Formats: sequence, structure tokens, C-alpha cells
Amino acid sequence: MAKLFQLNLKKNKLKFSVTVTLKKDVLDPQGKVVENTLMSMGMVNLKSIRQGKFFEIEVDENDQKKAEEKVKMMCEKLLVNLIIEDYKISKLI
Amino acid sequence: MRSSVIVFPGSNCDRDIAVALEKMQFKNQMIWHKETSLPKTDLIVIPGGFSYGDYLRSGAIAGKSLIIDEVIKLAKNGCLILGICNGFQILTETGLLKGTLLRNKNLKFINKDVNIKVLNNKTQFTSKYKLNQVLKINIAHNEGNYFTDSKHLQELRNDNLIAFKYCDKKGNTNLDSNPNGALDNIAGIFNSKKNILGMMPHPERMIDKLISNDDGVNLFSSLLN
Repeated sequence: MAKLFQLNLKKNKLKFSVTVTLKKDVLDPQGKVVENTLMSMGMVNLKSIRQGKFFEIEVDENDQKKAEEKVKMMCEKLLVNLIIEDYKISKLI
Repeated sequence: MRSSVIVFPGSNCDRDIAVALEKMQFKNQMIWHKETSLPKTDLIVIPGGFSYGDYLRSGAIAGKSLIIDEVIKLAKNGCLILGICNGFQILTETGLLKGTLLRNKNLKFINKDVNIKVLNNKTQFTSKYKLNQVLKINIAHNEGNYFTDSKHLQELRNDNLIAFKYCDKKGNTNLDSNPNGALDNIAGIFNSKKNILGMMPHPERMIDKLISNDDGVNLFSSLLN
């Protein structure tokens, strides 16, 4: 029984990752400080660093298209500030 | 004049603004963010603080709270809305004010008294100030670096929607008088109907000469007019 339950659970679960990054024109002071620190540590080949956010999202849905739509909605309604940030959704499971 | 101050978990200037409003003879009420309706009110204040610990982005979570739907509805009907500091951040997250507030350019939390200049004194929030009057008002924030797209910036300039700009003692706005990197030294803006004001400086901290100065008083007396 337990095994069956686990199987069902897996079937209805889709996992996505969302990467949120600052848009190209937006200043990223945190990224800049990290960049400068790495440079001062001797990482001479380093060209540039931009810092972002990463979310792992599980959706109780077995239709991938529907699930992706839901994740997109989550991004645009809360997770991402579209004025300054871009996002990329990738499927994990 | 009736005012309502919305309180979120993590708000910490809610009582300061209540003291200021009451001192100026507003009939004030505190409204918890889980309420879904507001009592009759002429002014809604979204206070400063760190709502929800600034999780995700400053103001992002508070911007989706239950009471906000009602605030948006009243704002569209012309109710006066004042967002101070975190309140400004929340207003941008709700979309009531355009643009956003980025991390301070120097990555530091800045708490100091700065000079700001009144750029538009023909609004319900600023009518008691003189045009280009220089005020000394406290700022205390980590994300006060105002940013918006070039189209909106043009709209702000053309329609006189910039309320305050950071400046020096003499009223000069330049890089040296910009504490946080804000675009065009912007410290506060109006929406297009000018019934909503969002500002990073704290006028409620400047209502008593004994502890600071009274440069914030005229903002409240303008509202009473």
C-alpha cells in the first residue's frame, strides 16, 4: 500500500526550477562586490558576475503544459519583479 | 480627516506615524493586514518597517496581503494614499506606483538626516510647502535606490510627478547629494492622478523640534487642507 501511494505521488508531481536574474541594464551591486572579492583573491580570468535567485517548485499536476503555465503564473504574480528581473523556467523531474 | 494605518508583521514605523497623525488632529485607526475591508477613511498610510522581514523582495509579500485589494480599490476611487519607506516599496509591488526600489548603491543600510527638495507643491500632499523648498528629513533604508524605465522617467518629468529629490543644503541635486543611487535623485513620486505619494524619507520623524525638526509637519497639514 505504501509503495502504491509513493508511486501515485510521484506520478502527480512535476518539479521545476526557476532562475531569476537582474536585467542587463540593472545595476547589481551585490554581484559587483562578489566579483571584486574574487578578483582580489586572484581569480584573474574572471570576467563578470551577476547574482540572482533560484527557486525549486513542485507542482501537483501530471500535465506538463498545465504545470508550466502554473509556474509561469507564480513567477509573474509574485516571484519575479518584471521591471528589473528576467526569469527562466526549467523542468527538473 | 480620517486616516487608516495598515499594519503588517514587521512594520515598525506604524506607531510613529500614528503619533504624528494624531498630533495633527487626524482621527486615526490602525488596520491589521488580514482585514478585508477598511472603515471610512480619507487617507491610507502604509508605514515604514520591514514587512515580512523583506523576504523575497522588500514589500513583495505585503503587496499581496488581503487588505491590499481594498487599498487598490479605494486608490482607484481617489482615496489619498501615502507610502513611506517600506510603504513606498509595497506600493511599487502592488503596481499602484510604477518603478521599483533597488538595493542602495553602496550596499549599506543608510540611516541619516538628508536634504530633500520639494519639486511639486501643487498637490494635496505638498501644498503647504514652497516650491523648491529644501527640507531636512531622516532616511533609514537598505533598498531606496529608485529605478524605473526611461519611458516612465520621462512621464514623471513631463507630468510633474516627482515629489521630492535628494539635494544638498542649497538645493543642488547631484551625485554627491544622492545617498542611495536613486535614478535622477528621486526621493518620492506621485501616481498620475496625484492621489498616491510614495517616498523613502520619513516625514513622521520630523514633527517635533524637541527631538528632530518640524520639516515633516507641512506634509500632514497639507493633507488636512
